[in-house]
Amino acid sequence: MNIVVCVKQAPDTAATVTVQDGKVSWGDAPLVLNPWDEYAVEQALLTKEEHGGKITAISLGPEDAKEALKTALAMGVDEAILVSDPAFAGADTLVASKVLAAAISKVEAVDLIFFGRSAVDSDSGVLGAQVARRLGWPSLSLVAAVNNLSPEGGTIEVERMIDEGRQIVKGSLPVVVSVVKGINEPRYPSFMGIRKASRAEIPLWTAVDLGLTAVPSPAMTWPEIFAPLKIETKCEFIEGETPVVIAEKLADRLMEEKVI
Amino acid sequence: MANKIFVYIDHFGGRALPVSWEAVSAAVSLKTSYSSGVTAVVSGYEVGAIAEEAVSYGADEVFVANHEKLKEFRPEVYTSVLVKLMKDSVPEVFLMPNTSRTRELAAMVAVDLETGISPDVVAIDVVDGSIHATRPIYAGKLLTKVVCAIARPQILTLRSRAFKKPEPDTSLSGEIIQADVEVEDPVTEVLGYKESEAGVSLTDAGIIVSGGRGVSNNPSLTPIADITDEKGKEIWRAQQGFQLVRKLAEVLGAAMGASRAAVDAGYIPYAHQVGQTGKVVSPDLYIACGISGAIQHLAGMRTSKMIVAINKDADAPIFQVARFGVVGDLFNILPALTEALKKRLGK
Ligand SMILES: Cc1cc2nc3c(=O)[nH]c(=O)nc-3n(C[C@H](O)[C@H](O)[C@H](O)COP(=O)(O)OP(=O)(O)OC[C@H]3O[C@@H](n4cnc5c(N)ncnc54)[C@H](O)[C@@H]3O)c2cc1C
Ligand SMILES: Nc1ncnc2c1ncn2[C@@H]1O[C@H](COP(=O)(O)O)[C@@H](O)[C@H]1O
Repeated sequence: MNIVVCVKQAPDTAATVTVQDGKVSWGDAPLVLNPWDEYAVEQALLTKEEHGGKITAISLGPEDAKEALKTALAMGVDEAILVSDPAFAGADTLVASKVLAAAISKVEAVDLIFFGRSAVDSDSGVLGAQVARRLGWPSLSLVAAVNNLSPEGGTIEVERMIDEGRQIVKGSLPVVVSVVKGINEPRYPSFMGIRKASRAEIPLWTAVDLGLTAVPSPAMTWPEIFAPLKIETKCEFIEGETPVVIAEKLADRLMEEKVI
Repeated sequence: MANKIFVYIDHFGGRALPVSWEAVSAAVSLKTSYSSGVTAVVSGYEVGAIAEEAVSYGADEVFVANHEKLKEFRPEVYTSVLVKLMKDSVPEVFLMPNTSRTRELAAMVAVDLETGISPDVVAIDVVDGSIHATRPIYAGKLLTKVVCAIARPQILTLRSRAFKKPEPDTSLSGEIIQADVEVEDPVTEVLGYKESEAGVSLTDAGIIVSGGRGVSNNPSLTPIADITDEKGKEIWRAQQGFQLVRKLAEVLGAAMGASRAAVDAGYIPYAHQVGQTGKVVSPDLYIACGISGAIQHLAGMRTSKMIVAINKDADAPIFQVARFGVVGDLFNILPALTEALKKRLGK
């Protein structure tokens, strides 16, 4: 199986994120592998362990996005490629999906691509579907379990986590699979893996390498980024001698506030 | 003349999702800005009743794409139907409710039409003919305005409970048009469904009662004799705790949520998880029981209209976002609160 996993680098989710001079800042919080993408990398590794093959991790981003790729390498992917070009700055998902599709097409004979559910910085959750559409492959999104994968038969059967429960779907390879949390338990990078990753050469593919002579301009702009209005909540502590007294008081306050 | 405002109606099991009607009300709110009526789009099989309903929520016209191959939602086939419709009508705006189906659908339609998409929008304004949409980023730590200035249509998915919930009015009238659709063969096959783990959809819920790691913390409970290992005992205790959460939720007609710690410890399925790597919810009332209020949990429930916290630890960060707080043991407070509310609600 030739497997690709698309990963993004993002600020740690515990970071305090602010806007300074119109730019987003996360202080000195570390940049990490997008948490959703850990599940995608793990699923790629599990798939390879069962069916054999090779895994290539691809990330689109600035030079320092190599760190996320190193985490993927340390977890066990075989190769990592950074797709980077000043021309990609300001890309929206429309452009990013085009660039990623071009990069995937450059990797030979791919059977299966894994995506995470969403990037924890942009919170878009659309790239997997958009890349699938660009490649003309079926998209299986919100995948919470892979029940069956047959490289010989060229089929895959998954459980998708939709709002109403789980939907069981069968698709054919090549296919794009976007995973959710719960599909697996991502492994920690091993000591050996970290050593290997620190020495790995990560090739850089530019727009020219991808044959994208004219990088399309994004359809979306972000004219303003701002902090949400701080709603000052003052907590009213409900006290009393016994749980029953407290519960009665709280129930009265909830009725007065007309929330129930 | 064709309408400039289109709105998609998402449905499942023969019923439109409530957020679909919120999207229709948002579409109606754009009528003056675009001097246009609203066209609702219903795609599926035997969806005539949903089309009628769309009229009662304010659609001036409903396009119905009715075809056997549309019976099960598949993003690829639905995309081709919508793209054809968009190419024929070239609207300015295409609003969709944000659901597990439409996020992907909107993404694909945007690719085919080479236009922009603004997912999970919480507010809209029209400036110079373009929508300035507001959407949360960094798990709601920041908001951004997004604009699709040139490409058309502007495609937006609207977050559940962020827009006005309209009341249906059966005296409204509108034209229902059976669209002439050609449907390609689906590339995937739906084999079936498994029942929902969450029971009630968390994103639509008006009230949510959530449990965290604290639900397992009642040392005075003695697990049944045949559970011998520590993990088994912990899960048994957590189940007793979640039973109390469930009883309160039942009295309130609420959905049940959970923190990631509770999910990862195996107390409750992932479908219940609220937060950065779970569901983002915005109910009228959110009751957090035995949840500390980590930043990643707050990311999923901070915009709730009222938060109530029950926690043993007076310094738990959850109290910083709570309107009402009880410092106490949930194993004592929850049963008493359930009884107190039962009386008041006449149950
Ligand atoms: C990348 C990433 C993503 C994450 N995503 C999410 C997410 O989506 N959702 C999420 O929730 N978390 C998420 N987390 C985890 C988050 O950081 C916290 O670890 C988690 O929210 C803690 O859950 P908790 O509050 O239930 O547990 P704890 O922090 O252990 O808190 C338990 C609380 O229960 C109280 N308590 C104990 N016993 C009782 C009792 N008998 N009565 C009353 N109170 C009691 C304690 O005082 C304590 O405050 C994420 C973390 C990371 C790194
Ligand atoms: N810059 C990127 N490079 C590679 N993959 C990405 C990038 N951004 C997002 N992805 C992948 O697409 C998924 C969805 O991201 P998004 O649609 O941006 O929220 C992520 O979980 C990643 O798997």
